[in-house]
Amino acid sequence: MRIRDAFENRKAFIAFITCGDPDLETTEKLIHEMAESGADLIELGIPFSDPTAEGPTIFSANMRALSGGVTTDKIFEMTERLKGRVNIPMVFMTYANVVFSYGTERFCRRAAECGISGIILPDVPYEEKEEFASVCRSAGLEFVSLIAPTSHERIKMIASEAEGFVYCVSSLGVTGVRSEIKTDISEMINAVKAVTDVPAAVGFGISTPEQAARMAESADGVIIGSAIVKLVEKYGSDSVPYVGEYVKNIRAALDKK
Amino acid sequence: MKKGRYGIHGGQYIPETLMNAVNELEEAYNFYKNDKEFNDELNALFNEYAGRPSRLYYAEKVTHDLGGAKIYLKREDLNHTGAHKINNVLGQTLLAKKMGKTRVIAETGAGQHGVATATAAALMGMECEVFMGLEDTKRQALNVYKMRLLGAKVHPVESGTATLKDAVSETMREWTKRIDDTHYVLGSVMGPHPFPEIVRDFQSVISKEIKEQMLEREGRLPDAVLACVGGGSNAIGAFYHFIDTPEVALIGCEAAGRGVNTKETAATIATGRLGIFHGMKSYFCQDEYGQIAPVYSISAGLDYPGVGPEHAHLYDIKRAQYVPVTDDEAVNAFEYMSRTEGIIPAIESAHAVAYAMKLAPQMGKDKIMVINISGRGDKDCAAIARYRGEDISE
Repeated sequence: MRIRDAFENRKAFIAFITCGDPDLETTEKLIHEMAESGADLIELGIPFSDPTAEGPTIFSANMRALSGGVTTDKIFEMTERLKGRVNIPMVFMTYANVVFSYGTERFCRRAAECGISGIILPDVPYEEKEEFASVCRSAGLEFVSLIAPTSHERIKMIASEAEGFVYCVSSLGVTGVRSEIKTDISEMINAVKAVTDVPAAVGFGISTPEQAARMAESADGVIIGSAIVKLVEKYGSDSVPYVGEYVKNIRAALDKK
Repeated sequence: MKKGRYGIHGGQYIPETLMNAVNELEEAYNFYKNDKEFNDELNALFNEYAGRPSRLYYAEKVTHDLGGAKIYLKREDLNHTGAHKINNVLGQTLLAKKMGKTRVIAETGAGQHGVATATAAALMGMECEVFMGLEDTKRQALNVYKMRLLGAKVHPVESGTATLKDAVSETMREWTKRIDDTHYVLGSVMGPHPFPEIVRDFQSVISKEIKEQMLEREGRLPDAVLACVGGGSNAIGAFYHFIDTPEVALIGCEAAGRGVNTKETAATIATGRLGIFHGMKSYFCQDEYGQIAPVYSISAGLDYPGVGPEHAHLYDIKRAQYVPVTDDEAVNAFEYMSRTEGIIPAIESAHAVAYAMKLAPQMGKDKIMVINISGRGDKDCAAIARYRGEDISE
């Protein structure tokens, strides 16, 4: 499956969860639930000990997952079991060292075997991209690039080489729920659209259906992480129906007009 | 070679949000490093404010007691604020000011870099916030008070191991939140390019002076230069002007904590492997899945799971040698230098003293060794007393 499939026909809802929080069995159930409730792409976070782009919510999820004993190999085994059983594309979101220390080639080959469509590494900017993107390409994975509110003139350079989708970071700072998003999102999206037809999705800080709908006015999709992870934090292994309900609400907001 | 690389090490592995900030920094630095006015101002600060040049002191008693190489101490401990950290901080804060920044943020381990940053911020009229692991705020309570006294806000970092690595992560997060008016004064030769280069250049005044002072005193260069290595800024400062002179042995002393065969160690080159973290490719203590290890050392300033990329490269090309030194050895050296020469070194610097105590007797009396005493040990007295089972209050 290609990342692009997520953007066919409707505004894409990209849902993030941290693998192994609170355990991989729950993660597996959450993936099925989110896919069935209207998510179009799932970002699977592989936990890292020191996730420098994350706010407190996802940081804590990483810590819970790691202390529960989850490893990269166990996550591969889980995704392998899901192969062919989830009808939407999935990507890994993790940090450079998780991929690099596993062996970038070995990691990408294994990810592709497990049916993963791409990877997102928030600590790998354009300047360091080729080290990972070239290996992804040979394995048949897409390497997703990010742009930020500070990117300005860099957007052209980044977007012109974008694969899968362009991850537009809505706000300064780290991941986490925000009451207000101040950045002019449509300006960012327009700058992307001027150079590429790769879809653009907005993430960081989005939690309510209203915010999602507003972002989707200009973006091709919205990415939600912390709000879902908060539900998992609150309800643990009982979180599946709550997450399902949440995903349905976001889906409805995106489909409204 | 790619930008900001030391062999395979270095690079810029940071979120896109920070890329324009580091690019602006690089551009500003490339301009000001050749600007006469900037350099005159910085030299005036070095000399009049920080008290440079620092002395190169012949430690006669230690030399005779160890019975081998002639030992000189580079007295970075005599700098204003008590450590080499001020060299880098004055440079970076002045640079930040020229760039129009009004606020500086910094991480700190032992608190020396935080105190130095708070000092420079007070001097230059800038806002200052320091991130320090909760564990370290307890180990170095006096430095926390000093930073506040100097007008800085100190944020205890509770995440992860609540030590230096977590303080670095938290300062990076803070920088992504507020970039326009803020400069991150990184305290060591680490992080994304151009930090390893900027910090090294500002610290290289140490080896520049050692070279001049040694030629004046002995008419020749030393046979060995020793320095402790956490991130490695005092060491690279002490090594830099000797790198192209292979006759001068360069020895970095890492914190082995309770030993390199235990998990309670921070000896990165001895126990780590190649990885990517905190903006750079270098050696890191980590598990098989790349999870960064919770390292340990008695010294809060060396309690870091990585090492600067230029050190990793000097190790790869065998230009410098890196040796592990345990807590026990460092504490013994701390006491030995105090008792024998009347100089209380920082527990960080005591790691270099400890290896000198092993190495000097094996060297001939015609050989010369320089130990970089990167900081003074006042801040460590209470902790060392506790280590020896004495309960004193500060």
